[in-house]
Amino acid sequence: MATTTVLPRKPWKATKADLIPVFGALALAAILDFVVVAVTPMKGKIAYVLLFFIFGAGFQMALKWRNLGKRAAIDSLAGSVAIAGATIAFTPVLSLLATTIVKGAKGLYPGFFFHDMSVANYQSPLNQGGVVQAIVGTLYLIILATLISLPLSVLTALYLTEIRGKASGFIQFLVQAMSGIPSVVAGIFIYSALLLTTSLRGSTIMAALALAILMIPTVTRTAQEVLLLVPQDLREAGLALGATQWKTVATIVVPAARNGLITAVILGVARIAGETAPLLFTLGVSNKINWNPFSGGQSALPYYVWSGLGDGTELGIDRAWSGILVLLMLVLTLFVVARVFGTRKVKIK
Amino acid sequence: MSSTLIERVLPEKRALTTKPRPSDVAFRTVLNVMSYSSLLILAAIGGFLAFRGFGAFKENGFGFITHAEWSSIVGDNGKEVSSFGMGAMITGTLIIATIALFIGVPLSVLTALFLTFYAPERLKRALVTVVDLMASFPSILYGIWGFIVLAPMATYWAKLVYKYLGWIPFLSVPSPAFDRSPFLAGIVLSIMIIPIVTSVSREIFAQTPLERIQAAYALGATRWGMIRAVALPFGASGVVGGAMLGLGRALGETVAVYSVLNIVFKINWHILYGYGGNIASMIVQKFGEASFTEKKALLAAGFVLFVMTLLVNMVANTVVSRAVKSGK
Repeated sequence: MATTTVLPRKPWKATKADLIPVFGALALAAILDFVVVAVTPMKGKIAYVLLFFIFGAGFQMALKWRNLGKRAAIDSLAGSVAIAGATIAFTPVLSLLATTIVKGAKGLYPGFFFHDMSVANYQSPLNQGGVVQAIVGTLYLIILATLISLPLSVLTALYLTEIRGKASGFIQFLVQAMSGIPSVVAGIFIYSALLLTTSLRGSTIMAALALAILMIPTVTRTAQEVLLLVPQDLREAGLALGATQWKTVATIVVPAARNGLITAVILGVARIAGETAPLLFTLGVSNKINWNPFSGGQSALPYYVWSGLGDGTELGIDRAWSGILVLLMLVLTLFVVARVFGTRKVKIK
Repeated sequence: MSSTLIERVLPEKRALTTKPRPSDVAFRTVLNVMSYSSLLILAAIGGFLAFRGFGAFKENGFGFITHAEWSSIVGDNGKEVSSFGMGAMITGTLIIATIALFIGVPLSVLTALFLTFYAPERLKRALVTVVDLMASFPSILYGIWGFIVLAPMATYWAKLVYKYLGWIPFLSVPSPAFDRSPFLAGIVLSIMIIPIVTSVSREIFAQTPLERIQAAYALGATRWGMIRAVALPFGASGVVGGAMLGLGRALGETVAVYSVLNIVFKINWHILYGYGGNIASMIVQKFGEASFTEKKALLAAGFVLFVMTLLVNMVANTVVSRAVKSGK
């Protein structure tokens, strides 16, 4: 006996017959768009985009009005506007990435990663000098800022999740308020507190202190979210086995949240790696690798870009683009790594 | 026959007590103390900047906020004559932030609506990642991109706006100079606040109760009808909070604005005209060559900026957390 399988039908799904008029209307809008721009005095990219939107949305509306009535037409217009808004909002990302890659690749050569700027200045040809001192400086800043901010952030997050004391709400409020501190304020704060009236000069550790202020709220909030994901059962099991709270946190809760805590640190690092404003007040200047983080100026990738942009010459700006490409690769790598760890953290759930 | 006695060794009975162990006492004390680090840092920032800038506040009085002039000249007798006022910078900062919100918030809300109610699941997941990515771009990238790529376009747009809308007072210009205007700085900032406003709005829209959405559809609403009757009223306070977080960002942004704006110490209401003011950028611009007195005045300016952003952020966070809580 032959059996027939009844496939589920989706009556709400658009059929091919439904889609033909939709794409037909869009194609018609595109053609009309080119014709109008060619014939009338309206010229330029804006005219193309604007007219395409007007024609496209208009045709769709007319189609809906004819088939389904006025309310469907308004619905279609709202959909078109939402799509147009999202398109406009995402266009800069494409432009930012494309420009950086195209313009930044021009100044890249193998030596760019191995030479420092003591052998060249910003007007030298692009095959001289490089960013090795800035890469070392940025790594130094990342390590020091992490060392300073990590204990403070994780302990605050533990307070918010494990102790949940009376002050929790207040502390939470302060951490959120801290995340709004403008980066320039962090820079001038370190300057006014440590550099203005003392004999100290800008150095890696000073800049790392300023960056740590910006890093703390990001790490705290992410760490808090991750610690909240650790099941309450684990804590209760630890306590029921006779462990003290300290033992429970140190041997159960924190290890369970390890991947998430790594994500928190990476997000914090991504937050500060590209910060420029605090460095202008606290970092000093150096065109060579400075291995000593406690004295003498230092360089950093954002500062390299800043100097190139400030130089204003064509070569200087080319160098700035190359610097920003290296910086962007660093940030993107951190972003991807954080994603990988971030998706793993779900497993502990 | 002798029986062997089995000796059982029992641990000593532990006294039952609610007294915490020393390790716990230490642990809790450390956490309690460390949790106040954020308060300490905020207080130290406010305290130090106010303390260093006190001289400038005292000397210039209320004019420090209202006057537009900022000058420090060393006279022939070696004495420094200075007058510091941030009027132009404060108005400039507010104007630029307003432009940024005016452009950025509608786009963000549309994007959030698109992501929540229109986009197919896969596209949505990809675009949410892109929004996060946008938030992690360094601000100097926006600065250099704004200066090289966007500036020529924005100048052209400014000319177009002036041509057709120039009769509106604040869109007119005294002379045809459209480069490096507050308009351009506002566009750059609007792009920079899109990620934060979008992600906050999207989070709120995503919490719209499903039964209300289904009720709207069951009553015969179109998708737009549902959004207007259910999603927008539900998400309104969250959107407002998100916009205020964006405002906080826009007030404090430094490098990107500095790269594209022509900073002049005169109040400029013509947003298309080629100069403006911004507190954060002004601090960067003046700091390098400032004398000791002027540096202190700049720290006072930093204090004003700190207080402004802190207030905006506090209100914004309260609004957002209330909106999120009411959604749950």
